[in-house]
Amino acid sequence: MSDKPFTPSEPSRIAEAFASAWDALRRNPTMLFGLVVLTLMAFLSFGAPYFGLLDPLRQNPMDRLQDPTLQYFLGTDMYGRDLFSRVLHGGQISLLVGLSVAFLATTIGLAIGLIAGFSRRVDAVVMRFMDALMSIPAILLAIALVALWGSSVPNVILALTIPEVPRVVRLVRSVVLMLRDQTFVQAAIASGTSTARILVRHIMPNTIPPLIVQATYMCAQAVIFEAYLSFVGAGTPPEIPSWGNIMAEGRSYFFQNFGIIMFPGLFLAITVFAINTFGDGLRDALDPRMQRRV
Amino acid sequence: MYAYVIRRLLATIPIMGLVAVFVFLLLHMSPGDPAAIIAGDNATEENLEQIRALLGLNDPLHIQFLRWLERLLQGDMGVSIYSGLPVERLIWQRVEPTLLLTLMTMIIAITLAIPLGVLAAWKVGTWVDRLVMTVAVLGFSVPVFVLGYTLVLGGSIGLGWFPVQGYTPIRESFTGFLLHITLPALTLGLVYMALIARMTRATMLEVLNEDYVRTAYAKGLATRKVLIKHALKNAMVPITTTIGLGLALIIGGVVVTETVFSIPGLGRLTVDAVLRTDYPVIQGVILVFSLTYVLLNLLIDLSYVFFDPRIRY
Amino acid sequence: MAYPFTSAQRGISLRTALMAAPLVGAGVLAHAVPAQAQDGSVLRIVPHADLSNIDPIWTTAYITRNHGYLVWDTLFALDEDLEVQPQMAEGYEVDDDGLVYTITLREGLTFHNGEPVTAEDAVASLERWARRDGMGQKLMSYAEGFEVEDDLTFTLTLSEPYGLVLESLGKISSNVPFIMPAELAATDPAEQVPEIIGSGPFVFIEEEWQPGNLVVYERFEDYVPRDEPASYAAGGKIANVDRVEWRYIADPATATQALLAGEVDLYEQPAVDLLPQLLDDPSITVETVDPLGTQGLMRFNFLYPPFDNKYIRQAAMWAVQQPDYMYTIMGDEEYFESFCGAFFMCGGPFETDIGSEPLQTQDLDRARELLEEGGYDGTPVVILDPTDVPVAHGQSLVTAQALRDIGMEVELRSMDWATMTSQRASRDHPEDGGWNMFPTWWLAVDQLNPISNISVAASGDDAWFGWPEDERIEQLRDDFARETDPDVQMEIVEELQEYLYEFVPYIPTGQYYQPTAYRDNVSGVLEAPVPFFWNIEVD
Repeated sequence: MSDKPFTPSEPSRIAEAFASAWDALRRNPTMLFGLVVLTLMAFLSFGAPYFGLLDPLRQNPMDRLQDPTLQYFLGTDMYGRDLFSRVLHGGQISLLVGLSVAFLATTIGLAIGLIAGFSRRVDAVVMRFMDALMSIPAILLAIALVALWGSSVPNVILALTIPEVPRVVRLVRSVVLMLRDQTFVQAAIASGTSTARILVRHIMPNTIPPLIVQATYMCAQAVIFEAYLSFVGAGTPPEIPSWGNIMAEGRSYFFQNFGIIMFPGLFLAITVFAINTFGDGLRDALDPRMQRRV
Repeated sequence: MYAYVIRRLLATIPIMGLVAVFVFLLLHMSPGDPAAIIAGDNATEENLEQIRALLGLNDPLHIQFLRWLERLLQGDMGVSIYSGLPVERLIWQRVEPTLLLTLMTMIIAITLAIPLGVLAAWKVGTWVDRLVMTVAVLGFSVPVFVLGYTLVLGGSIGLGWFPVQGYTPIRESFTGFLLHITLPALTLGLVYMALIARMTRATMLEVLNEDYVRTAYAKGLATRKVLIKHALKNAMVPITTTIGLGLALIIGGVVVTETVFSIPGLGRLTVDAVLRTDYPVIQGVILVFSLTYVLLNLLIDLSYVFFDPRIRY
Repeated sequence: MAYPFTSAQRGISLRTALMAAPLVGAGVLAHAVPAQAQDGSVLRIVPHADLSNIDPIWTTAYITRNHGYLVWDTLFALDEDLEVQPQMAEGYEVDDDGLVYTITLREGLTFHNGEPVTAEDAVASLERWARRDGMGQKLMSYAEGFEVEDDLTFTLTLSEPYGLVLESLGKISSNVPFIMPAELAATDPAEQVPEIIGSGPFVFIEEEWQPGNLVVYERFEDYVPRDEPASYAAGGKIANVDRVEWRYIADPATATQALLAGEVDLYEQPAVDLLPQLLDDPSITVETVDPLGTQGLMRFNFLYPPFDNKYIRQAAMWAVQQPDYMYTIMGDEEYFESFCGAFFMCGGPFETDIGSEPLQTQDLDRARELLEEGGYDGTPVVILDPTDVPVAHGQSLVTAQALRDIGMEVELRSMDWATMTSQRASRDHPEDGGWNMFPTWWLAVDQLNPISNISVAASGDDAWFGWPEDERIEQLRDDFARETDPDVQMEIVEELQEYLYEFVPYIPTGQYYQPTAYRDNVSGVLEAPVPFFWNIEVD
């Protein structure tokens, strides 16, 4: 654990954040484990098309619901498609959704939060709006949005991003509010520095460390939520395999071949576990105050 | 204090109003023509026109919203496109299983999570702590339905202890109810448990460093007494807040769990409505869930006034 | 309006529900569970689908048809020899020219509300049905109209002789000409009837209906069954159970477990993949109750390229083979024909495999040649893919793969079944929400001849979804309808089928047989293409 907490009274550098993250990584084996597993998963998923696997979409009606064999390492699903190939390819969508949601929610939330934190007029309106958005349970909102827009990967990403934005906005806003009255900010205002410049140069860097931590958790949650959406039939289109929709399609067959749920479930759980342990390590290193936020 | 309670209650009104606006816009931003969705298969252009006129779909959006809101406030949530039944009736039919499943889940999760969290904080840095925390992170990492199906395979098919699916109303048979609700409640409870256990540990760690706890130790009080009477009692406020906020997780999980275990509750109603793009039902369910969520959290907030003497308004 | 219930009938206001929901759990328990008739015999079944629409004239959905048979009765009915028998009708007479049918109702029939069934009700119901149903529309194109003679008698007058009058009135499958009270039958056929009042052997209990979960019927004490034994839809419909409960379970695996655990008595359509478990249990009977089976099909859209071109439709037919479909959707050879090339079903009166070579042999080279001949330019084919119905989803997937194999561009558009049933009605361009192909299936009883098989109709705008237009097909169907000699009818069918294989209105993906499973406390399950719930006893 790093004992170098960020003091909000001095504007910190993003580079410094990375340095302490790197430091933590060297000293924290679980965090390193998370990162290694995550990298491995990304390699397996995005490398899948180049490993010479069976076509993940190819149906073989005569080879349905098979147990693992030499030809099909993890067996086949109800259409005789190769599960191994599907599970590896499926990681692409799941990771893509996870990373995109984390990135988009952080970026959008950061922008809104900075502005809301600095302008009292905007703040009143925006925060009411965010409170309302937060009072709709995230997964319900996402399901409703996908039902509305139709199932496609971009729609799923957007539908999972929207419920996350308010949480980021709150986080950023709280940092901004804390810094707004600090001397170095007041001094910058007094010296005639433009608001935009103050936000970008002095305030934003301080929001980055907690945001990175928050982003890893959002990424983990988005991977799981993508699976939930697919499971209830409002996810990514079944033609492109994702961990979620492989499991969703296999659920009627879980007595015949539990592997259709178990293998993608295992890959997903390992990935999310890795992201979470990585996130926990980051949090300890970057933002000890966040420990209380779970 | 009453002024505070009233102020807090009033503050939920604009929030629920905004939620209503979102929910209203859901249907009206949909890509399809609501009239065509309602009319079904063989609708002619005249049918569609009739329906649009009847539902007022030709009016400006804000007029439609006000009309919808007016009916909503009178308890009229519209009519399901799919079955033609009033939405409030469909929701009412499904309340019992979801309510009881949620309650059972909370009971199981809280009774397990708080002792685990306290234990981890007390034994911080040891293998006990690490084990509890690893299980907690796992709880966040395993999708609810994977756990659900694993429990079905083990508990229902392997051991034969529990029925595989379905729901028995508590009035019909209490034993039947318990047997049916146990696996779903366990399934749903894991994430919630993970959340509460982590929060308990984190708060306890903080509290254990406070002076008064050290003093209590120094006075030679028994560890158990210090942990529970001094530390946990003071840690309860943030833990209770987490219990309230974590309800969102349960509500999300209900949707999936009820599907796995074929429980005819609000979650299944939501999923069915989504699959059939039955917008009035989707709107109704979201409103009910959000309102419940907001009110429960408000109740929890207000309860601090009574439970924690240090909090004064 | 399409809404069956008025706001006056709504039970509990939202406000009450909301106030009660989070706060007073105990109050909920007292109200949410409807009182159950525990003392009588109950038949608990898992139906094949959730009952969504309750008007069997408004929709052709099989689940609504099955619901209709519980609640309503028919004038005529098909028996197991595929002959039409009087049901509510006492009998009928035809004049010497074969133009005037005089039909008399049985005495003493009443509706569930206690009103007697009259000729006026029958005429109003038939008129509404005939505006909605394909076979009814055909019948009316040969008819001048119905006329009420007295309380129990009415006539149907034709403008020229028509060979399928009784076949139409005794139609066993969707839309079934059910007889409703005249007030209900006055409902616009494009809207659903506002309430459910029939004269059938069971009464629909509206208060207990929970869409997505439960439908309840109770025995109609005043029903007057016929004396003949039950045979398909004909004969005496004797309700032997006090109460029928449809408990819908979406997931086939859980439904199977529910049957194994005795939580339900009968599972209408178990998935073939799950049968081994059921067969292992000696207390469960698995049998195929519909001896005629079902035809799977992939329908083309004739309005847009590429399938507006017959060479490309032929190419698709050369590219596929039935075993691929059948293994995918049924799994076990015991439940499907290894090949059936008959458009009007194997085992039916008009079975022939004439012209079926393109379907019987898979020849990808031939298919590619035909694509070239048809000038296929890479236009993507939009296939609707209802992922929640395995029989349909499997057909879409197999077709997509076959078409890709011959070099066509394919876009699978996934949706749920209910959405598909409305999307397929869209005549828009495939890029704007329209489609090129969709999967479905018809029961053999619906496909037995060129009139009832509406997927071969080629009347353009009036045809079934896909809207093919072809004069020769329509001419042959008319010839068939006018003909009364079965041998000549068969000749017409042969000529028609040979032409259909050239025209390709759809791809028959195979003929399969859906088993039903029930526990040993159930007896008297009728062999029939439609699941009937009379005659069944429960211990």
